[in-house]
Formats: sequence, structure tokens, C-alpha cells
Amino acid sequence: MKATGDRTKAPTGDPDPCSVSARITEEPIQTDRLLDLGSRADGALLLFVGRVRDHNDGRSVARLRYEAYAEMAERELEAILREAADRCQVTRIEAVHRTGELEIGEASVAIAVASPHRAAAFEASRYVIEEIKKRLPVWKREAYADGSDAWVRAASDGPPR
Amino acid sequence: MRLSVLLFAYYRELVPAPSVELEVRTGATVREAIARLREMPGWEGLPEEPTVAVNREYSRPDQELHAGDELALIPPVAGG
Repeated sequence: MKATGDRTKAPTGDPDPCSVSARITEEPIQTDRLLDLGSRADGALLLFVGRVRDHNDGRSVARLRYEAYAEMAERELEAILREAADRCQVTRIEAVHRTGELEIGEASVAIAVASPHRAAAFEASRYVIEEIKKRLPVWKREAYADGSDAWVRAASDGPPR
Repeated sequence: MRLSVLLFAYYRELVPAPSVELEVRTGATVREAIARLREMPGWEGLPEEPTVAVNREYSRPDQELHAGDELALIPPVAGG
């Protein structure tokens, strides 16, 4: 699935040109492909990759399963990217969230931001990951080294009500 | 009027069913729909005011529903 929004067919030099691309996928995330983002005007390219870690809350994690309300998650992710674009002077944002079974070390989420300057890229990337944690309808089930498994109860307050 | 209700993750296992059709009065709110669900045998464990999406957007408890709406009960999210 892929939701792509292009607010900018404008020529270079437009004061607010930003296009966003949001994707929820069962396929492994090809993070190296995200390093092509942006243009010659973008002096900054920032890539954040969230990976499955081998422990959580003091327990040894063997693997994870992510479940998503995929249709809504893709739409919500695109809304988050648009908000980040509106807040920050960035040129292009692409974000991908993985679903299904993931092994330790695999990328669960990747956020790439291209921008003329670094500060805006850091700001936009931080906004996107924090909002994903709060709002994206995605859940994870951890399988532990001892053979048990459990849904992860989020620390976040959840979406605005 | 008829609504469809989707369940995910922890809620789906609580019930346990991935989806259900629900009959409510015309003009019912999200809050009323949830109350109806919690009356069903096995659904008592649902929170009184879970986060609910209507047609793939986050909703408020007093939001009015329409025939054919797709409700989704959203457990605390854990993406990223």
C-alpha cells in the first residue's frame, strides 16, 4: 500500500515546497533506498531507523510481531508527515512502518527527511517519530526468549480525544 | 441502523473476534455503540471509553454515527 501526497508541483524556489510519502508494508524496509531522497538544493538528508531490540522492560526479546489497522495507519501516517511539513521548512519526507513478524535488528520504522538545512530536518524527524508513537494504529506483540509472548502496553497517552 | 466494528490486538483477543456487525438506533453516538457492545456476553472487559476510530479517523464519544459506518476499537498503540 502507498499513500503519496504531492503538494508541490511548484518549481524550485517555491517558499513551501514539500511532498510526503507514507507507507505501511509487510516487506522488509529497504533503508538504503531512502538515501536518494531530495534534490541538489537539500543540504541535509536525515534518516532515522527504528529497529527491533533484543530486550524490553528487563526481559529478553526473541522477536516481534507488528499488527496495524493498515488502511487507517497509512492515512494517519500521511497526516503526521503533512503536519511535520507544515511546521518545518523541509523539502521531502518519506516514512515507512513495517508490519508482520520481525527478527531482532530488523527495521520496524524508517523516516527520511530532506531539507536545505539540518535544523529543520532534525525537528521534522523528531516530530514524526513522536507522533507515530502516540497516534499510529499499530500494535506489537513481543515473543520472549522463555517462549512466552504478550502485547506491549504502550507508555503513551494515546491520541488526542 | 447497522454498523461494522473492527477489533485489533489486545481487544480482539479479549472478545475474541476480529469484527462484528452491530445494530443501533438511528443517530446513535460512539458512546452508545460502545455501551451496546459492552452488553454483549464476553465483551464486558472492554473499557467504558476506549479510543474509537470512525471511518478510519479518531472520533469523540459524542460523535454521531451513520448507517454503514466502520468503527474500530483502538487499544493503546505501540508502533515505532
